[in-house]
Amino acid sequence: MSRWRIRLLWLLVPFSAIALAFLVSSIALLAIGASPPAAFRSMLQYGVRPTSLVSMVNRAVPLYVAGLAVAIGFKMNLFNIGVEGQYRIGALLSAAVGAAVALPPVLHIALIMLVAIVVGAAWAGIAGVLKVKRGVHEVVATIMLNFIATGLGAYLLANYLRKPRVGSELLIATRPIPASGQLPPLLVTGGEDLRSFVLIAAVLGVLVYVLVWRTRFGYDLRASGVNPTAAQASGVDPNRMIVTTMLLSGAIAGLIGMSDLFGYFHAYTLDFPTGLGFDGIAVALVGLNHPAGIAVAAMLFGWVDRAAQILDLEGVPKEVIVITKGVIILSVVVAYEVVRRLVQVAEVKAAAEETRRLEREKEAVAA
Amino acid sequence: MSWAGPTELGRGRRIDPRRLLALVAVLLVGMSVVRVVTGANDLTSSGTFGAALRLAVPILLAGLGGLYAERTGVVNIGLEGMMILGTWFGAWGGVEFGPWWGVVLGVAGGALGALIHAVASVTFGVNQIVSGVAINIIAAGVARFLSVIAFTGHGGGATQSPQVSAALPRFTMPFLAGGGLLGWDTPDLFGWLERRHWFLVGDLAGLLGGITRNLSVLTVLTILLVPATFVFLWRTRLGLRMRSAGENPWAAESLGVRVERVKYLGVVISGALAGLAGAFLVFEAAGIYREGQTGGRGFIGLAAMIFGNWRPTGVAAAASLFGYADALNLRSNAAIHALLLFIGAALLVLGAWYLWRRRFAGAAIALGVGVLMLVWYAVTDTVAREFIFITPYVATLLVLTVASQRLRPPAADGVPYRRGQQTS
Repeated sequence: MSRWRIRLLWLLVPFSAIALAFLVSSIALLAIGASPPAAFRSMLQYGVRPTSLVSMVNRAVPLYVAGLAVAIGFKMNLFNIGVEGQYRIGALLSAAVGAAVALPPVLHIALIMLVAIVVGAAWAGIAGVLKVKRGVHEVVATIMLNFIATGLGAYLLANYLRKPRVGSELLIATRPIPASGQLPPLLVTGGEDLRSFVLIAAVLGVLVYVLVWRTRFGYDLRASGVNPTAAQASGVDPNRMIVTTMLLSGAIAGLIGMSDLFGYFHAYTLDFPTGLGFDGIAVALVGLNHPAGIAVAAMLFGWVDRAAQILDLEGVPKEVIVITKGVIILSVVVAYEVVRRLVQVAEVKAAAEETRRLEREKEAVAA
Repeated sequence: MSWAGPTELGRGRRIDPRRLLALVAVLLVGMSVVRVVTGANDLTSSGTFGAALRLAVPILLAGLGGLYAERTGVVNIGLEGMMILGTWFGAWGGVEFGPWWGVVLGVAGGALGALIHAVASVTFGVNQIVSGVAINIIAAGVARFLSVIAFTGHGGGATQSPQVSAALPRFTMPFLAGGGLLGWDTPDLFGWLERRHWFLVGDLAGLLGGITRNLSVLTVLTILLVPATFVFLWRTRLGLRMRSAGENPWAAESLGVRVERVKYLGVVISGALAGLAGAFLVFEAAGIYREGQTGGRGFIGLAAMIFGNWRPTGVAAAASLFGYADALNLRSNAAIHALLLFIGAALLVLGAWYLWRRRFAGAAIALGVGVLMLVWYAVTDTVAREFIFITPYVATLLVLTVASQRLRPPAADGVPYRRGQQTS
């Protein structure tokens, strides 16, 4: 098998997964007596309206950042399942700090992002340190830390960070961030405005790409992921890599909520979207852990999220897309594993042929 | 991959039943002292212990579920999702066909989720954690989707089912806890003793009364599952085969164990137990299916399994502890506050023990935290609910941090297995 055919095979992974997910969704739709082509057609019609496209990008940005956070861990075989907790605690504390200070516009934004980065990194760092020092598996540690972040965040919000209640208002939120800590929309439309954080997210993606694929550190990181023993033999300190990668992953995770914070809520509220950390896992897997792939996957997920809003009007529960997403995750990893095995078989076969050819040559020379 | 770093070789430390009993006795004496000192009677009332048992059951079932899967070497992060399927199918079965069918369908729903996990992680060998995460996402979506179809317009909606009215039978021990026998009301010995509030006797009566009064049949079944799991996994041939698949699947394979089949069995039992936990929540806790009802109990079950060192008795002890914390939280904040005094004093005793054994680092930590707890007790009157919510997770992290050398997860836990291709 040539290198190109192998690459093509890898690219097949996300596409076959998406195809399978649509198949399963169609079955679910058929089961409730809805017509899949009609549902998909109305999704498509609704989904290509300009406001829908803006909404798609707005929804995709947090997913993209979440995908980057998960992917950087995956690149060295670390499973940061705690992105959700890092995002929430980072958003909460940065919103609280942002509301408490008065600074010139750009500095204010920078400070809020810095707090989010530091808090997210610190929260993930706990798991990294526990893994290195005490051998605690990062998956267990980050699951526990997710719940601890939820409880601790709720406690801090209710007791210390909550905006004083005005009248009979029920909203639980931090104090609002002043205008200097908000980002103006990039594009004002009749419906939803395009949030400017998309630009910062794009820069973040480039930074991650350069860091992971174009620096010495990134090389060590990827090497540790592929073969930790070999990496260690070549002088990479695995413990340091683990802690650094967790810190990086958490730092990025801290930024997940920034788009909503700067561009929409201007305070941390309980209405912040949940499950972004887990959707990030899906996006990273579908995007094959590459920033460009993750961008495409995040757009796809954002689009499906948006386009599904029309389904309720058509009498189809839009929850069908949650099933779609779950099936995408499952089938992408299955397809990945199948392709890996196929490539492995092909490589073994190629090596065997090569050996046979060499032996024939040797015999010919001897004769 | 294994959950908890470097581990001892050979068998994990057995918990000696006599030592366990002694530990429970010491705990009860300590709590009795604290109760008398603080007057927080709810600390050891039968109501608290009864609630603790009710709250511990789903955690215990999930923990045992995790145990079955991980003993065969498959990590099951999807317990939460399987429990969600258990709640939905349990409620649906309860609404359509009555409570017994509800329980059966709840178990089947959980097992179905587990089957997907098994196909992905055993047959296709994908990352078990990814597969589990996917199951959690799919289950939440499926439950919502099915609710819209089945419950909307039938007295429920997208996020909840109609009331599941018919209840499962309940049981109270006659003579000791006042249960009926052949139509007679027998005396309630434990209740009488408890109301006297005598030192230690009242507390013991509270404990025994709580766990013998007004039990659901599912609770009794769950308690029986603990010894049954031990006997099945450690005393039968099939159990040995299942555990061998979790310790060294390639060695097991060479001895003729059908590793894949055995792993499927472990995972499906795991999902069935998580489904039962879901059905329990529907029929015993809420009387209804509600979205988000599981509230992370699948993950607490996972924590209980780790806390309990992958052994049935350990899982039961951890689940009881977590259930007790939950119950106090529900019943009385004064009792939780009194518990701080107890924990503080216990840590001081532990610190003194460490000093005696010349383990100065441990002594410093125990004494420091103990003093902090006592200060906390002295300067506050209540404990925020959020702190009780995070207790199981903090406790599990602490156990992993302090005692990970003593934990003994199955050696090939989480390692993908393919016949004839040893990877580790």
